[in-house]
Amino acid sequence: MGVDLKSDISTRAAFSNAITEFGLKDERVFTIAADSESRFGAFIKEAPTRAINVGIAEQNAMSIAAGMAFCGKVPFVSTYATFLTMRACEQIRTDIAFANLNVRIVGTNTGFSSDLLGFTHQALEDIGLMRALPNMTVLVPADGEETYRLVEALINYEGPAYLRIRGTSKEPHIHSEERIEIGKARRLRAGNDLTIIACGRMVQEALKAADQLALEGVKARVLGVHTVKPIDQEAILEAAAETKRILTVEEHNIIGGLGSAVAEVTSEYKPIIVKRMGIKDRFGVPGKEKELFEYFGLTSEHIVGEVRKLLEMEGS
Amino acid sequence: MLTDGELNKLTHEAAEVRKEAIKMATRAGTGHLGPALSIADILWILYSRVMKYHPQDPSWPERDRLLLSKGHGCISLYVTLAKKGFFEEELLKSYCAKVDTLLGGHPERKLPGIEANTGSLGHGFNIGVGMSMVAKAEQKNYKVFTILGDGENQEGSIWEGAMSAAHYQLDNLVAIVDRNNLQVSNFVNKVMGIEPLAEKWSSFGWGVKVIDGHDLNQLDEAFKSVPFIEGKPSVIIANTVKGKGLPMAENKVEWHHKAPSLQEYQEIDKELGLGDL
Repeated sequence: MGVDLKSDISTRAAFSNAITEFGLKDERVFTIAADSESRFGAFIKEAPTRAINVGIAEQNAMSIAAGMAFCGKVPFVSTYATFLTMRACEQIRTDIAFANLNVRIVGTNTGFSSDLLGFTHQALEDIGLMRALPNMTVLVPADGEETYRLVEALINYEGPAYLRIRGTSKEPHIHSEERIEIGKARRLRAGNDLTIIACGRMVQEALKAADQLALEGVKARVLGVHTVKPIDQEAILEAAAETKRILTVEEHNIIGGLGSAVAEVTSEYKPIIVKRMGIKDRFGVPGKEKELFEYFGLTSEHIVGEVRKLLEMEGS
Repeated sequence: MLTDGELNKLTHEAAEVRKEAIKMATRAGTGHLGPALSIADILWILYSRVMKYHPQDPSWPERDRLLLSKGHGCISLYVTLAKKGFFEEELLKSYCAKVDTLLGGHPERKLPGIEANTGSLGHGFNIGVGMSMVAKAEQKNYKVFTILGDGENQEGSIWEGAMSAAHYQLDNLVAIVDRNNLQVSNFVNKVMGIEPLAEKWSSFGWGVKVIDGHDLNQLDEAFKSVPFIEGKPSVIIANTVKGKGLPMAENKVEWHHKAPSLQEYQEIDKELGLGDL
């Protein structure tokens, strides 16, 4: 292993290390780039016959992946998440998801990690799109370690999966001994006053918020949910029963993403208040990453503010 | 060249495929009959003279693959697969006959012999590119055949796939364009012209042959001579007649997605001798 998983590595670096580490060991693994070979690190040089680059042609990349999976291969297709999940959405649905193929769709530079590139490159709708497809697993790792372990798990996972990662800048490592297992939420802070459920970069902000709230005597449970589909119903219902209030936080549209997934579970089985933080049904704007989180109200301070409001609400 | 005996036999058999296709569409009261009839000869030659496969072991790894990229033409493929032993011919009666049937309006892999779930145009061809890449990477000898509609050439993804197949020198890939000149709403050249088609494919790095898609000898010879150019994928532009073999449907735009009525069937029966439904 060439990386220290306990350090603040980027999710892109974690992915390229993992695909090289685990992909080289398994002859079924192919990589498909759409002029995006940098995603795959050393794999490209080490296994050139298993590394395809189709050029700027995402639809073709996705159908080719389906063809390879029909032949028993495990192709990883990766480029910017907007192009991958939106331009090639029908290929993902019709060629891959319907046939329940072992294709891994790795959308990169999601959310505000595509900072100044603006809305064309800032995927804020991808979780919702992929979550709506039958058979599709949707994974949103919070840091390099989760990314690495999820890629490892995906080598032998059955069915199609979407892995949503960010860019090449460092992601703060989530310190926790909780196991990283597809389908299982990680309880990162204990508490019964309310639960903050987050995915991706927002996990770190949720933890900062919880630590701040602890100083004020509020004990917030924090669940890190790297598997948005199939979501860990048990952990959500436990939180609903034990903490009565849930706040979800995601670097994604509040429609269709993590917050929707959580509310779908509670509304049917344990109706309580679920407040959703995220991008409020609008497109991104160009800006530096830090400015964007501030602009869209997605910092630990904003989370603390929402928690205070939520605790004052009646009725749950 | 086919011997006279072979030619007569194949001609008769392909006509039987068409007759069964007409019956299936009539029974179901629906179906893309016109675009099924135009590819019946192509399919029959492929499965009778060209492709390697074991109908009792449809996932035999060394088999040649056929992807019906123009999935709507599936009635003729269903009949061909049944006659070649992939499943009982009796099953053809379930075409569009009940919910969740194995033989729906577009082909699905749950039916033995179907390689991909096609129906959305501009997909099956590209899936075939992926299969051809795997064959090359594993140094396997199987070939991948894919049948495209001529209107399907309007899809941008086709040209992405064409470019990549040439770039990766996939001379194990064979595309057949069913050049019947019609699409759902009108003649192809009225909707969105695709000519010069042979030059387009050639300029994308493919070996090209233009043939009569109903001349069994020409089909046989074209398939036997792939790759047309070493190191390049091959495309056969097969000039065909939409609705071939059903006079009332031949070259008629409205027969893209249409089945004969029971009354029409009586007339067709008199003309072609189809027998009871």
